[in-house]
Amino acid sequence: MSLFHLIHLIQCNHGSETNQQILNNEELIFRAILSQIIIHPLKNFFLSEKTMANTTNGMTATEYIIAQHAKRDRVKPGEIVNVSVDLCMSNDATTLLTEKIIKEQMKTQKLWDPDRVIIIVDHQVPADSVDTSIVQQQMALFVDEQGIKNFHTTDGVCHQVMLEKYVYPGALILGADSHTCSYGSIGSVSSGIGSTDLAAIWASGETWLKVPETIRFILNGTLQPDVSAKDVALHIINLVRANGLTYKTMELAGPGVTSLTVPQRFTICNMAVEAGAKSTMVIPDQSVIEFFETLGRPFINVSLIENLQKTQHSPCHSEIQIHLNELTPQIACPHYVDNVRPLSEVQGLKMDQAFLGSCTNGRIEDLREGAHLLKGKRIASNMKLLVTPASLRVYKQALDENLIPIFLDAGAIVNHPGCSTCWGAHQGILAPGQRMVTTGNRNFKGRAGSPDSEIYLASPSVVVASAIKGELTHPKEVR
Amino acid sequence: MALAWKFGDNIDTDQIIPSQYLVLPTIKDMAKFTMEPQNPDFSNTYKEGDVIVGEVNFGCGSSREQAPLVLKELGVRVIIAIDFARIFFRNCINNGILPIEHPCAKEISDQDMVSVDLAKGEIVNQTQNKTWQFNKIEGYLEEILNAGGLAAYIASKKGK
Repeated sequence: MSLFHLIHLIQCNHGSETNQQILNNEELIFRAILSQIIIHPLKNFFLSEKTMANTTNGMTATEYIIAQHAKRDRVKPGEIVNVSVDLCMSNDATTLLTEKIIKEQMKTQKLWDPDRVIIIVDHQVPADSVDTSIVQQQMALFVDEQGIKNFHTTDGVCHQVMLEKYVYPGALILGADSHTCSYGSIGSVSSGIGSTDLAAIWASGETWLKVPETIRFILNGTLQPDVSAKDVALHIINLVRANGLTYKTMELAGPGVTSLTVPQRFTICNMAVEAGAKSTMVIPDQSVIEFFETLGRPFINVSLIENLQKTQHSPCHSEIQIHLNELTPQIACPHYVDNVRPLSEVQGLKMDQAFLGSCTNGRIEDLREGAHLLKGKRIASNMKLLVTPASLRVYKQALDENLIPIFLDAGAIVNHPGCSTCWGAHQGILAPGQRMVTTGNRNFKGRAGSPDSEIYLASPSVVVASAIKGELTHPKEVR
Repeated sequence: MALAWKFGDNIDTDQIIPSQYLVLPTIKDMAKFTMEPQNPDFSNTYKEGDVIVGEVNFGCGSSREQAPLVLKELGVRVIIAIDFARIFFRNCINNGILPIEHPCAKEISDQDMVSVDLAKGEIVNQTQNKTWQFNKIEGYLEEILNAGGLAAYIASKKGK
């Protein structure tokens, strides 16, 4: 292992906002030598570099990464393999159930490796009831008992926190939250699981997986103004339907991918579970390398990226062509995510509330898009606009860029980072008969309050334009 | 014979147990709100052993394992659907509930009298006088289901 690798290890492990000290070279080397055993979250990343096969054996990127974690030269779709897990994540909706299962049913008191376990409180931040508060109190006790260092209580939505602090290309990551499939956007294999499966991973560090077939979406062209990654996601879901990708992996490929930023890719990969996808994949390119540099934890495993790039034309289950330049703003109407219509068909429908946030669309790019439209305007008098940055990092950046005053001056409510209104049990609950247009990912019946309310999914600019006019609105109308 | 409780396409786990009840202290507390958005009276009228029937993509959405757990708490042992969402399917088996993927789900109506014979791999609809065969569950999966779920299966292996 080179010095550069060692330094990188330390930066990755200790470069969090809570520990931003600048270390001199001697200390770096000393700490690196001492902490080789302690620094687990990236251990596999370096192991995989050593054991990496020179050939990708005709596998897709997803198959290649799964093969690495199954210690196999080759895996085929449909095969069931045992894999080692690099990182696993749970949140306040799923952690305590997992604790109960591992302790009471699996009779296991200790986790296999607390440094690979990440626990994030994001669904109800801050606690809104005694019951919620008890859940968070018990999570803190568990984390303390197990010596888990990767515990976040106020940092934002789990998937955004994972993106900012933990995920890396080539990793195999499982999480007790369905939107865990998002991290394919940076070239890892990630998937959502239930609490029993997570408990088994907590106990052993391993699980079984069925190797998914790859459906390759070939993106062509570039997006038109006022059309966003959310519209691509809704278009794909409409095309394949809510179960069209069940057990499959969605690989985004083709020349159009390079025109999408990493956050835009994340938005599309995040929504793939709404079509049933097990995981997603975007083969990492220069944008991914630059993205990790911006995050302050550069990814330097060049050979992994080269190998993943070799897989881009490998055989897959099927290919679907998407022409980005032909897309228009889309809306998913109640109560199914695949009930997608062009905005033009539902324009003018009266709304009561708008929400800008979530792991789908709560990043700085989304807030900029919203603030840009909103600047100098006010939301309609009958409307509420809730803005929830996806993470503390995003929130602080929005403050630095003076976006927050734009929202406040327009009459919006700005919430602390978390799942917020998208999760529907906390903040901005809807009354019977009310309608909300949201950048969130689900419009299920009752998802944001009363079963007699309605949820419409849309892009950040459509949500903000609709907040200004009090009805579903094309962004060009308020520009 | 048991009653069939028929639901439509894309029954998501928010329908099975809405988000606001996940903070309740026990699965028993949550079970009172099972299927509330679809049928507020469900948990009072469902009888242990009755069969849940959905159509396409049953159990989609959130990964919450509380969804199969509240069903199990009420006494659900079998769910029949045209197909299931991936995470829910795995969560069902892990908790000892058998998810049967079968096109007959389309034909079964709400409140039909049905029975499911796991040993024979047979679904009988007495109301419609119809019988369908399904692939029996064998081997590893059968052992997990018989143990009442994955955790119980692992614990039983540990004990031996």
